[in-house]
Amino acid sequence: MPKITRRDFIKISGGTMVVVAGAGIYTGWNWFQADSITDPGTTADRIVPSYCGLCFWKCGILVHVKNNKIIKITGNPHHPLSNGKLCPRGAGGTGLVYDPDRLKKPMIRKEERSRQVFKEVEWDEALDYTAEKMLAIKSKYGPEAFALLTHGAGGVWFRQLLTSYGTANIGVPSYALCRGPVETGFFLTYGASPPEVENTDMKNARCITLLGTHLGENMHNTQVQEFSQAIGNGATLIVVDPRFSVAASKARYWLPIKPGTDTALLLAWMNVIIEERLYDADYVEKYTTGFADLKKHIADKTPEWAYARTSIKPDIIRETARVMASGKPASFIHCGRHVTWYGDDTQRIRAVAMLNALLGAWGHKGGYYLPVEMELPKYPYFKKSDYKPKPPVDQPKDAGYPFSESILATGLRDASIPGKAAYDIHGWMVYGTNPLNSFTQPAKTIEAIQHLDFIVTIDNLPVEIAGWSDVVLPECTYLERYDDLSSAPYRVPFVAMRQKAIDPLYDSKPGWWIAKELSKRMGLEAYFPWKDAEEYLKVRVKAANLDWDTLKKDGVIVGKNQPIYIEDGVVPTFDTPSHKIELFSKQLKMAGFDPMPEFKPNEEPPEGMFRLLTGRTPVHSFGRTVNNRLLGDCYAENEVWLNDKICEEFGIKDKQKVVLVNTEGIRSNPVKVKKTRRIRPDCVFMVHGFGRKQRKMTFAYNKGANDTDLMTKDKADPIIGSKALNVTFVKIEQEV
Amino acid sequence: MTAKRYAMAVDMKKCVGCSACVIACKEENNVPLHHYRDWIDQKLTGEFPSLFMEIRSQRCNHCSEPPCVGICPTGASWITKNGIVLVNTKKCIGCKACIAACPYDARYVHPKGYIDKCTFCAHRLEKGEKPACVEICPTSSLIFGDINDPGSEISRVLGSRKYKVNHVETGCKPNLYFLE
Repeated sequence: MPKITRRDFIKISGGTMVVVAGAGIYTGWNWFQADSITDPGTTADRIVPSYCGLCFWKCGILVHVKNNKIIKITGNPHHPLSNGKLCPRGAGGTGLVYDPDRLKKPMIRKEERSRQVFKEVEWDEALDYTAEKMLAIKSKYGPEAFALLTHGAGGVWFRQLLTSYGTANIGVPSYALCRGPVETGFFLTYGASPPEVENTDMKNARCITLLGTHLGENMHNTQVQEFSQAIGNGATLIVVDPRFSVAASKARYWLPIKPGTDTALLLAWMNVIIEERLYDADYVEKYTTGFADLKKHIADKTPEWAYARTSIKPDIIRETARVMASGKPASFIHCGRHVTWYGDDTQRIRAVAMLNALLGAWGHKGGYYLPVEMELPKYPYFKKSDYKPKPPVDQPKDAGYPFSESILATGLRDASIPGKAAYDIHGWMVYGTNPLNSFTQPAKTIEAIQHLDFIVTIDNLPVEIAGWSDVVLPECTYLERYDDLSSAPYRVPFVAMRQKAIDPLYDSKPGWWIAKELSKRMGLEAYFPWKDAEEYLKVRVKAANLDWDTLKKDGVIVGKNQPIYIEDGVVPTFDTPSHKIELFSKQLKMAGFDPMPEFKPNEEPPEGMFRLLTGRTPVHSFGRTVNNRLLGDCYAENEVWLNDKICEEFGIKDKQKVVLVNTEGIRSNPVKVKKTRRIRPDCVFMVHGFGRKQRKMTFAYNKGANDTDLMTKDKADPIIGSKALNVTFVKIEQEV
Repeated sequence: MTAKRYAMAVDMKKCVGCSACVIACKEENNVPLHHYRDWIDQKLTGEFPSLFMEIRSQRCNHCSEPPCVGICPTGASWITKNGIVLVNTKKCIGCKACIAACPYDARYVHPKGYIDKCTFCAHRLEKGEKPACVEICPTSSLIFGDINDPGSEISRVLGSRKYKVNHVETGCKPNLYFLE
C-alpha cells in the first residue's frame, strides 16, 4: 500500500445498507380497536437494566426490548443516580442505536486512482493493519510516540491496551476543556475536589448560588432532580449569568454579569461577608489557614469596586452576600462543571472554593456533602510491564503547567506537531471523542493530523475525526455491549453494570473485544487474561464480595448508608500541605502564582464585536448526540442568541440567518438568530456541537453553526494549561 | 363511589423544560418524527433585566366539555368513563374538524391519516402505571391523578397551591393545571 503522506478529509462512504430514517424509533400501530383503549404495543418482552452512555453521569436505565428491538428506555428506580427518572437524552438512546448513519463495517483508507477513499474491509484485515501500524510506530520511535484520546466508560479497555503497549500519553479531553479548573482549584484549597457527580447537597440547601452553571439546560439527571427539590423546598437561588438561563428564571436574584468579571464579584462577596462578619467563624477558625491574609486581601475589593467591573450594583452585591450568608452552612456556591472560560479559571474557581469555606459549606448539610464510594478492587492484572514509559508529553517544551493533574488532551495534539514538546507524537487512537469538534484551534488539530503516521478511530458514528483516520473501527453502542462497572463517589456507595440489551447491529463490535483482538496482534495478549467482558466483570464483582446475579438482575447494588456530613460525626480531612483549607496558598505562591485570586481584566471585544459564549441544550450531550433524530425532534439546529435591542439597532429579525465572523476572519455557517431579551447586549450565545461537516452524518450535516471553528485563540490557564473557550469575539454579518 | 376524573398538574416552578416528557411520550406511543403529543412552551415577560419566564409542559387538556368530541362527525373522538378524551382511529376519517375546534392545538394528523393526540397513556393507567411523561420527569413537576379523590396528590396540590388553566374563556373545562 502506498504511504499516504498528506491526509484528505474523506466523506465516509461506508455502509451500503439503506435504512429508512427513523425506522426503529417507532414500531407498528395496532389498528384493531372498538371504542376501547388502544395499546401502542410498546410493552417489552424483556427489560435489561444497564447504565446510560448518552452522557457521562452514568444513570441507571431499564432497556425495554421487544422482539429483539429496543423500544424504549426508562430510568432504573433502584439506581441512586436516576431514581427511576431520566433526562431526555437518556430516554432518547434508541435514536443512537437505530441511527441509519452508524458505522457498520471496519474501513481502511486506501488510495485509488490517486484519490483517497475508505474501503470496507473485514475485521481481520482492519485489526491486522492497525496492529502492524502501531507496532511500526513503536519500533521506529518508541511506544511513547503513540497517544490515546479517550472519553467515556468504554475507554477502559483501550487504556489497558495502550498502557501495556507502553505509552503514558493517554488524554481525556474533559480536563483541558471542561472540568480541569474545578478539580485543581478545589484541590489546591481543600486537598479534595468535587467528584464527577458533584457533591453539592442541593436538596438540603437553603441558598444555592450558580455562576454560569445552567442547570436545567445542562441536564445531569440527579443534579436536576435535586435542583427541583431545592426549588420545591423554597431554597433561595442566586444565578450569575450574562444570559437569562432557565436556572436564572427560577432565581430570586439574577445577576446579568459582564462576561469575564466573575472573580471581581466573588472577591466583593467575600469582602461583604468578612467586613460584616457574616462568615462561619468557628469553621474558619477550625479548618482554614490564611484568613488574616484573605481579610487584608479583600479589604479594598468593595461592592463599589466590583460594580465598575461587573456592572452589578453594589446594593445587589451586598444583598446577595447577606442572603447567601444567612443560609450558611446550608448555602453554597456551585463549583460548576464546564468552567474553562477565560484562561484565569483556576484562580476564579479558587475564589469559589474560598467563598464556600467562609460559608462553612464544605462538609456541612446543605453545602458539599463528603461523598462515600463502594469499595471495588481493580481487576487483578498479574502481568505488569517492566517497561517504564517516558513521562507524558502533553506540556510544551518551553513552558509548563505545574498544577495540571491530568494529561492535557490538547497538549497531546500540540505534541503531534514536530518540535513542540520533549518528543513528538506520531500516532493516535481516538475513542469516543471528536477532537475536530471539541479542541479549540481546529486548524492546529488538522496540522497535527497531517504530521501523524497513523490514526485509528473507534466510534459509533462517522464523526469528523473518522474522516481523517487511516482506520475506522465501528464500535457497537452502549446498549449492545458490556462495559466496566460504574461506581462513583456519591451520597451512598453503589456499583452498577452495563450489559448488552440486544446483539450488536451490523458488523459493529464491543470495545473490549476490539482491544483484546488488537492485543493478540501486538504480542500483548498476556495483558488481557480474561475471555470476555462478562468474565472480567465477574472477577471484579466477586473480589468485591457482591452477588453477580443480583447485579445482573437489578443493574445496580446499593451499599449501606454512611454518614456524609460533619453534623453526623464525619471528621473532614484536607489533603493540602497544611492539612487545612488553604485560603492563602503557599503552593501557588512558591510556583510564582498569586496565592489568593486577583481580578485581572480580561480582553474586551473590539468595537462592533460580541463575546461568543457557548453552552448546552437539555436534549444534547456536546456534539455527541446531534445526529440523533429522536432528540433532534426537540432541538435539531442551534441558533445564535442576540440581544433584542442590538437586533433592532442592526435591523436583524428573529430567525434571520446571519454569519458570525471572528477576529481572524473565520466565518461560521449561516445560523438563525434568536432575537431575545434573555442575553446582555455585549455577548452572543450558541449551543455547542452543531454545524457539522461530515456529510455522512446525514441528519446533523450542515445544521446550525460550529462554535469550535470560531475558537481560534490559544489562551491557556497558566496554572493547569486548560484552554479558554469564552475568549472568542465575533461580528455579525447579515446574509446578502 | 364516584367515577375517576383524571387530570394533570404541571409545576411551573420546578419544570425546567428539558423535554424528557416529550421523548418518553414519543417512544411510549410511537409518535412519528416531527409530530408531538406533548411539547414545551416558554413564555417570557418583562424587560431586561427584570424578566420572568414561565415554562409549560403542554398536551391535550382532556377537557370535561371537550369541543373536539362535540364537533366530531363520526363519533371517533370520545370520552372514557374516567374523563380521558380519546380518538378511535378506526372511526376517524381525518377531517380535522377536531383540530379546528381544539383551543390548545393538541391534535395532529398522523401520517396514517387519522388524528392523534395525548391519551394520558390510558393503556398504562389500565395496568396501574403512570403516564410515560410523568414517570420519566426528572424534576417531578408532572402530577397526575384523580381529582375526584380528595386524598390524591393532585387534589392536594390543587387545594393548596395557586394555579391557572389555559383558555378558561372557552368554557371547555380543561383538566391540565399549571401550578404557579
